[in-house]
Amino acid sequence: MTVIKYSQAIRDAIAEEMRIDQNVFVMGQDVETMGGVFGCTKGILEEFGHDRIRNTPISEAVIIGAGVGGALTGTRMLVEMQYVDFILHAMDQTINQAAKVRYMTGGKATVPLIIRAQQGSGRGNGAQHSQNLEALFCHMPGLKVVMPSTPYDAKGLLKTAVRDNNPVLFFEHKVLYNTKGEVPDTDYTIPFGKADIKRSGKDVTVIATSWMVLKALEAAEILEKQGIDAEIIDPRTLVPLDKETIINSVKKTGRAVIVHEAHEVCGIGAEIAFIIMELAIDWLDAPVKRVTSAQAPIPYSSKLEKLTIPSVDRIIDAVKEVMYIK
Amino acid sequence: MTEAFLWIEIDGINITKPKYDMSDKLPDKKRGQIADNNSLLRIYEQMLRIRLFEQKAQELYVQGLVTGSMHIYTGQEAIAATAGELLRETDTITSTHRGHGHCIAKGGQTDKMMAELLGRKTGYCGGKGGSMHMADFTKGNLGANGMVGGGLAISVGAGITNAIIKKNDSVTICFFGEGATNEGVFHESLNLAAIWKLPVIFLCENNLYQVFTSVKESLPVKDVSVRATSYGIPGITCDGNDVIELYDVLESAIGRARNGQGPTLIEAKTYRWEGHYTGDGYARGGYRSIEEIDLWKAKDPIARMAKYVIESAIADNELLEKIEAGLKDEIEKAIHFAMESPWPDDEDLYKDVFYEKEEV
Repeated sequence: MTVIKYSQAIRDAIAEEMRIDQNVFVMGQDVETMGGVFGCTKGILEEFGHDRIRNTPISEAVIIGAGVGGALTGTRMLVEMQYVDFILHAMDQTINQAAKVRYMTGGKATVPLIIRAQQGSGRGNGAQHSQNLEALFCHMPGLKVVMPSTPYDAKGLLKTAVRDNNPVLFFEHKVLYNTKGEVPDTDYTIPFGKADIKRSGKDVTVIATSWMVLKALEAAEILEKQGIDAEIIDPRTLVPLDKETIINSVKKTGRAVIVHEAHEVCGIGAEIAFIIMELAIDWLDAPVKRVTSAQAPIPYSSKLEKLTIPSVDRIIDAVKEVMYIK
Repeated sequence: MTEAFLWIEIDGINITKPKYDMSDKLPDKKRGQIADNNSLLRIYEQMLRIRLFEQKAQELYVQGLVTGSMHIYTGQEAIAATAGELLRETDTITSTHRGHGHCIAKGGQTDKMMAELLGRKTGYCGGKGGSMHMADFTKGNLGANGMVGGGLAISVGAGITNAIIKKNDSVTICFFGEGATNEGVFHESLNLAAIWKLPVIFLCENNLYQVFTSVKESLPVKDVSVRATSYGIPGITCDGNDVIELYDVLESAIGRARNGQGPTLIEAKTYRWEGHYTGDGYARGGYRSIEEIDLWKAKDPIARMAKYVIESAIADNELLEKIEAGLKDEIEKAIHFAMESPWPDDEDLYKDVFYEKEEV
């Protein structure tokens, strides 16, 4: 095991997969010498050369659209959106083309396309550079959606994504790039659709995604001191979603809090809460609670930004609420 | 009014070469020099196959056997057929919502196409695609597309695979209409293809109408080909109803692409005889005058080609009749095949959403 940064885990996964498979091609804005805004592809150009990684113009539609065309013709296309917000320039390519082409052609098409993007708030980037858009893509059949919260998960899941023959939206978080964690020194992958129990507990289930996993873990430590034992579940992939791990936990604790940074309405929390209602309502001792960003664009002012992002305190409050503790 | 706002003269007969024509960048060649007789006959047969297929498809549509939106290519056949003749099986195409002709020209089988139109399991897409999503990856047809301009970026991706990853000499022809050149992705795609010198031929079929709206209202330039200047690539306008001219222009552009010289924008001026979609009641005497339609029908690419092959002694009437009879028989068999084919199974509804067998 070696302790590395989240951004290094991404970089290592890309380099390792590019060594294994000559058909992996990386493109995006500033990915060559700069390694992207967060340095996740730094060093790739030196090792693999200009025919394996290329800077593109600021042209999101053709980055993803050519990603589809390259994938259809046998290239493993690993494309980068500088900010997830920019993928909105390429929704036709993502939703009408990438997601549907296999189905529309009766299974003839294969689309090994990975769209990497960093999302999330926490750095004062304002309303168009801080969004969490995963729910848009979870809604569309044909897309897989991945949201790693640790360096270990980031590396293992990205390697799986590169080997997958489907379009994968791989959402990193800008606040997590500098976080550190242990990563095995040998080759490993993490299967999609397998949630990770980040902390075992018996009193309440907290389902959290991406950066929110770290906040939930922080909340759990404080709650422990108050005699509340929280179980923290990170689904890691939203499509496919590991319902079983979530349901088993809820059946054990009888209480659930869902924490995500995306807006509340039609967010993944709504889906997970419904699944709990369908499959575990008889085990519930309290209504399911959600902790999410406000139903308002992400504000610039650091005061307001802090207010909208789910905080450790808000998670603690929600947990106490479902436990009827004042 | 500035010159840029001079509209295309739809006189139906004369297509003037644009003065921004960059054909000087293409190799100098005598008209029809390279098209051999067998090629020309094959193109004739493919054009006729497309037309006869679509005539029958329209009949089936009227009978309610084909549903949804079906866009007929009649009048534009020369473009697909000539392109198909010049491409190798390993070359690829991206097609459009008006894609039957492209599919046939790239080696598509009329029986599987007809079955697809009827939504049957034996169709190219197992019945799940229909007219607007016909694809045949075994023949390099990366698919028709329901989105205007949908194939543009995809063709660039195919160019990346061929030129950068596989480093072969395969090329991609991207078919699209003049309406697609007003989509943002047109700019992004030609720009990237030009920067990376990708082997893509952007083949714009300017049929003068985007749905019900004339190019007079949708284009500020007389010729779409001038848009190539923005990308520093050759742009050329040609008569899309003239096989010989198309052959020369396409052959040059394909040659450039194969030689690593990058993309070309070709504008083939043409006309769709039918409406935007089957059942478009405004196409005749509505947004288009009867006179205009008749003028373009006089430029029928198939009749012109028949005349050419007979006058050039490449074929006689008897041979052409034999070709037509063979094609009619093929289409009848295709209909029979489609009608006798099973519907998709209920469980097919959930199949093919994802590639299921993971490689991990």
